[in-house]
Amino acid sequence: MNRILVLFAHPALEKSRVNRKLMAAVRDLPGVTFHDLYEAYPEFDIDVRREQALLVEHDLIVLQHPFFWYSTPALLKEWQDLVLEHGWAYGSEGRMLEGKRALSVVTTGGGEPAYEPAGHNRFTMRQFLTPIAQTFRLCGVEYLPPFVVHGTHGMTAEEVRSHADDYRRLVEALREERVKLDGLDDLPRINWNLNQLLRGAGEEI
Amino acid sequence: MYGEGFFLQALIYLTAAVVSVPIAKRLGLGSVLGYLLAGVAIGPFVLGLVGEEGQDVLHFAEFGVVLMLFLIGLELEPSRVWSLRAPILGLGGSQVVLTAGVLTVIGLVFDLTWREALAIGVILALSSTAIVLQTLREKGLLRTSGGQSAFSVLLFQDIAVIPILALLPLLATSAARTHGSGTGGHDTTWVEGLPGWAETLVVVAAVASIILLGRYLLQPFFRFIARTGMRELFTAAALLLVIATAMLMSKVGVSPALGTFLAGVILARSEYRHELESDIEPFKGLLLGLFFISVGAAIDFGLISQRLGLVVSLMVVLIVVKLAILLVLGRVFKMSLDQNLVFSFSLAQGGEFAFVLFSFAVREGVVETSLASTLMAVAALTMAVTPILMLLNEKIVLPRFGTREREDREADVIDEENPVIIAGFGSFGSIVGRLLRANGVGTTVLEYDSDRVDLLRKLGLKVFYGDASRFDLLKAAGADQAKLLVLALDSHDKRMELVETVRKHFPHLVLLARAGGRREAYDLLEAGVDHVYREKLDSGLRTGVDALRLLGRRAYQAFRAAQKFRLHDEAAVRELAEMRHDRKLYIHTARQRIGGLETLLLGDLEDSGDTRDKGWDTESLREEYGGRGSG
Repeated sequence: MNRILVLFAHPALEKSRVNRKLMAAVRDLPGVTFHDLYEAYPEFDIDVRREQALLVEHDLIVLQHPFFWYSTPALLKEWQDLVLEHGWAYGSEGRMLEGKRALSVVTTGGGEPAYEPAGHNRFTMRQFLTPIAQTFRLCGVEYLPPFVVHGTHGMTAEEVRSHADDYRRLVEALREERVKLDGLDDLPRINWNLNQLLRGAGEEI
Repeated sequence: MYGEGFFLQALIYLTAAVVSVPIAKRLGLGSVLGYLLAGVAIGPFVLGLVGEEGQDVLHFAEFGVVLMLFLIGLELEPSRVWSLRAPILGLGGSQVVLTAGVLTVIGLVFDLTWREALAIGVILALSSTAIVLQTLREKGLLRTSGGQSAFSVLLFQDIAVIPILALLPLLATSAARTHGSGTGGHDTTWVEGLPGWAETLVVVAAVASIILLGRYLLQPFFRFIARTGMRELFTAAALLLVIATAMLMSKVGVSPALGTFLAGVILARSEYRHELESDIEPFKGLLLGLFFISVGAAIDFGLISQRLGLVVSLMVVLIVVKLAILLVLGRVFKMSLDQNLVFSFSLAQGGEFAFVLFSFAVREGVVETSLASTLMAVAALTMAVTPILMLLNEKIVLPRFGTREREDREADVIDEENPVIIAGFGSFGSIVGRLLRANGVGTTVLEYDSDRVDLLRKLGLKVFYGDASRFDLLKAAGADQAKLLVLALDSHDKRMELVETVRKHFPHLVLLARAGGRREAYDLLEAGVDHVYREKLDSGLRTGVDALRLLGRRAYQAFRAAQKFRLHDEAAVRELAEMRHDRKLYIHTARQRIGGLETLLLGDLEDSGDTRDKGWDTESLREEYGGRGSG
């Protein structure tokens, strides 16, 4: 059993259509700690010790957020800056996160074709996420391919529901360690072909 | 009913007040001394603008003392009076008894009969409620422990007037009586001729009826008046209440001042307390001023010049005796030296009761007329010098013997100059100071309450003691080198004085000022303070944020709303501060501002207008790109 910590960052959830549904899909799952950062620290007064204690208690860290200007919302960046301390998370003395895994769960307004070398964003999601990937790598954390929901601007309610469902199934499978995580490095995103991945994990579809 | 004479008198008194009080305040002498000097100036012995009728004015103006005690009562809850019972009885009782005793002995030494000596001793043991309280309040000392003790003593003296009035006729030798019998003051009372127990019963019944009426009838009465919506009718009702109480009390032989004080205490918990206060306050101020002027005008300089030596020596004797006894009592009652000095210097004079009681004593044939008028002049003069004595105490005695303005520095310690000066270290100032200290910023504190100064010094803070608006104190505290001055004083007037001093002498200092409400914020902004903090704004906003969260709003949304609210509100205060003297424009702009705020807040809610956090909004993106768009 993996213990999962979802770090959720959305500054204006009252305006959200997709993240709200994604959040609802996982927040009450057993074995999942859902941590709503903007709700906990509206004044950016992050409690570093508490955050570090939470990290220690979990095996998989999920960063769930909308993709704002190719990056995380401000509070999540602040969280990285303050919580991942030198001597604690990295550096010769900093080994508290070693052996853990991390996963980004990101929503983008634009569709997937926009995130190709030929698309108008010119880079892929995995390229955009390299700062986070490298941050975790430096902390000895294995960074999984991201769970990306593209094209939220034009998304129907049915599609949103289907993505939320995927998210829940993935989290459950990760929690129960049913997903074979080797050889995923080449995937553009972890939900590229989720059914196949989960079938390999023994899920009945 | 009044002809030109009335207007002429009013003109004289008002001119005297308007001219002399501001000058006295400017010179740092306080308003009481200003009024007294004004009285002397217009009195029969300088300009001669008022003559005999000054005595009538004095009697009329004594009503100001009554109003003052009513207002003091309003500020005191019954429980607080009860908690003061030890100082009232102990301190007040011993002051009156000891002073009367010593003065009586002195009288006997000078060959007075024991009756005369005792009567004079008792009368002169009393101090001046009006002058002491007004001066203490003006100096902001009423709430300190010395001020409270002085207040307790004065309260006891007010109560003591009743038995003194009863005592004086007993001292009269029947042959010397000029007016036959009579026990009350100049008015006839209902209790005359009643046996002692019945008298007591009547007084108790009167007080009880005030309590009952105050509790049960007053609320509906004032509600009825308030419903008429006429402001002046409410004022009339408030005055009626005080006058009726005063009359009732004098009819049962209690001093009107004490009676209305009681009424005030009873009404201290009433919901109309603040209205009563604000309605009566101006009358009190005017009448009290008039009272002080009359005291000044009543000083018989003719008599004084005839017996100059005698009057002056009596003055000195009276002040020294009272001062000595008060100092000893302060010691016995364990006051700190500073507070004891304030307490003793404030009470070392004869009181306004001396005028009433000496006239009464003369009528009763206890004291001989010429002696009585000499002593009245002495009482008036000691009252007049009280503000000067307190000034002497403040400027000369306290700095030498009291809590030192600054601590002695050890010679080998290099005194680093602190970049921040905090004026006033009450709850507000201490929060600022603690935060700065916790972050390694040195602060110098200016504080006016000597007890607090001692405590802070024990805690190792660098504290300067005294009136923060004084130039020399600011200079000593290092205002030349400091960068910031935090104005955390309770009193708005003191803050404004300080701003003026700083702007004149230390223009480089950046001022951060605390303000009670908008009005005070306007004053401070207008006086040139750049950073103004309304005490209630932040706690109000935080309460609002929590209320929104408890109702289920997102924490960050509530926080942003409060941030916007604050920006808008502070901008509005700045804008309105500039136009508050133009009433029409002010109201117009205020309306606009309120409207603007509404739009702003609704904008948050309805997600429209240009005030929302658009960065997090995807509506326009969705319209433009639909399914194909960007990040």
